[in-house]
Amino acid sequence: MRKEYETVIGLEVHVELATRTKIFCGCSTAFGGRPNSHTCPVCTGMPGALPVLNRKVLEHAVAVGLATNCRITRYCRFDRKNYFYPDNPQNYQISQLYLPVCRNGYVEIETGDGGKRVGIHEIHMEEDAGKLLHDEWQGCTLVDYNRSGVPLIEIVSEPDMRSAEEVIAYLEKLRLIIQYLGASDCKLQEGSMRADVNLSVREAGTAEFGTRTEMKNLNSFRSITRAIEGERERQIDLLEAGEKVVQETRRWDEAKEVSYSMRSKEDAQDYRYFPDPDLTPVCISEEFLEEIKSRQPELPSEKRKRYREQFEIPDYDIQIITGSKHLADLFEATVELGAQPKKVSNWLMGETLRLLKEKELDPEEIRFSPEHLAALIALSESRAINSNAAKQVFEAMFEEDVDPEAYVKEKGLGMVSDENALRVTVEQVIAANPQSVEDYLGGKERALGFLVGQTMKAMKGKADPAAAGRLLKELL
Amino acid sequence: MADRISNETIEYVGMLAKLELSREEKEAAGRDMGRMLEYIDKLKELDTEGVEPMPHLFPESNVFREDIVANGDDSEEILRNAPEQRDGMFVVPRTF
Repeated sequence: MRKEYETVIGLEVHVELATRTKIFCGCSTAFGGRPNSHTCPVCTGMPGALPVLNRKVLEHAVAVGLATNCRITRYCRFDRKNYFYPDNPQNYQISQLYLPVCRNGYVEIETGDGGKRVGIHEIHMEEDAGKLLHDEWQGCTLVDYNRSGVPLIEIVSEPDMRSAEEVIAYLEKLRLIIQYLGASDCKLQEGSMRADVNLSVREAGTAEFGTRTEMKNLNSFRSITRAIEGERERQIDLLEAGEKVVQETRRWDEAKEVSYSMRSKEDAQDYRYFPDPDLTPVCISEEFLEEIKSRQPELPSEKRKRYREQFEIPDYDIQIITGSKHLADLFEATVELGAQPKKVSNWLMGETLRLLKEKELDPEEIRFSPEHLAALIALSESRAINSNAAKQVFEAMFEEDVDPEAYVKEKGLGMVSDENALRVTVEQVIAANPQSVEDYLGGKERALGFLVGQTMKAMKGKADPAAAGRLLKELL
Repeated sequence: MADRISNETIEYVGMLAKLELSREEKEAAGRDMGRMLEYIDKLKELDTEGVEPMPHLFPESNVFREDIVANGDDSEEILRNAPEQRDGMFVVPRTF
């Protein structure tokens, strides 16, 4: 019989910081520019070019460190990590090995098994590499250095996670904190958040760690989960067969859902780190720390606590709404405009989530404004439109942020408040449905509902059902 | 002292630097590196007990730039450094 095994996982998470310019030069970080249009002698590694640290990068890194309970390194430095590859024209990456900017932090995660702390070993600042495009036809490689020098932080966790579920909870927590801080948009698919998974297995109850492997190229929560499950099984199979796990880097193939060894004699990992002599050390003063602390926004856990005290909405709604910075901002701004919190929450939890799911979008991609949501709620509350019309308006808002009032007018969705028009219709409905009228008069309450429905149909949905019911009773 | 750098070390350093060295070049590199290490040995004679390592020559710290785009599109100029270019990109030997 197979033995019991425990999976031990640590993560290295790279996050692209939301700055206008690169980490060491004044080139733009804007995505999608013409190849090499955002380059200069610094980020293409020309001899004699001098890097200068972007202050915003340090601010973001320290803000993330503070929000993840790290100790901030008051005297930190940059080091050169040497390797030769065409994505990196300097032949070294500027990173931090000896004195990373943050150390010894943690985040709290929640899983089905309850809460737990995941330790953060360190956070360091570094630069991204260029992008390689392979030309299979011509047998050569083309390089675009627009991404070279884009600022990253690498968040290195302790080996504290034991399952894919914990890994996803940790990544979601990190992403949420960083999005709240505005330090990055953390999109896995677009590569602004990337995770490398270090995984080993050991017999349950053993104190020592097993030999670990590192998996790269994981760009969705789904591939992370699949890769963890696959690698766990691969390692257990090896051990069960009496073989050994080899310490190596493996590449995840998203399409085939298997990992491959990337090890080869040619890429011995010997980076010969040494302090970068071109960059001055960074001394983080008490004033600098205070400045960052004073600018920290309300973080997810604090926001949840405040919502519980301030708004009468269910706990589940609070979890979902605060689970996205954009949803929370939208919720608060709409309430600020006078809408009732419960109504706002209903629109977000109901129609918004439904449409997001249907269109496979992130809450961050919601386009309608708080002003328009508040206006829609007001229209609906004042009974100027009925609930079906409100949903129709909402869908148009979701698509292209239309102004609900203008849209209602343009499409003629407003309810007919003209009592005479309604009276005429009700009279026609009564005349056309003698059987139902008789049933109702004979005591069948349900027959009234049918007559209301017929009235609504005749009015093309633009009547207030309550008013129709009142008139029917009056006329019968 | 000439053989204090082994052949394996020379080959390993050459591999890290992606260099293909001939036998003569390896021997010359071994001699050069041996001499460098001799010089380091000389420095090691100094008593550095309690002296902080000095990665920088000047006691400067906190040199920052503001997060403002200062560079325009200089790709034409930058690409003049490319041994070969195509579609606005640097052409290098295949890496796949």
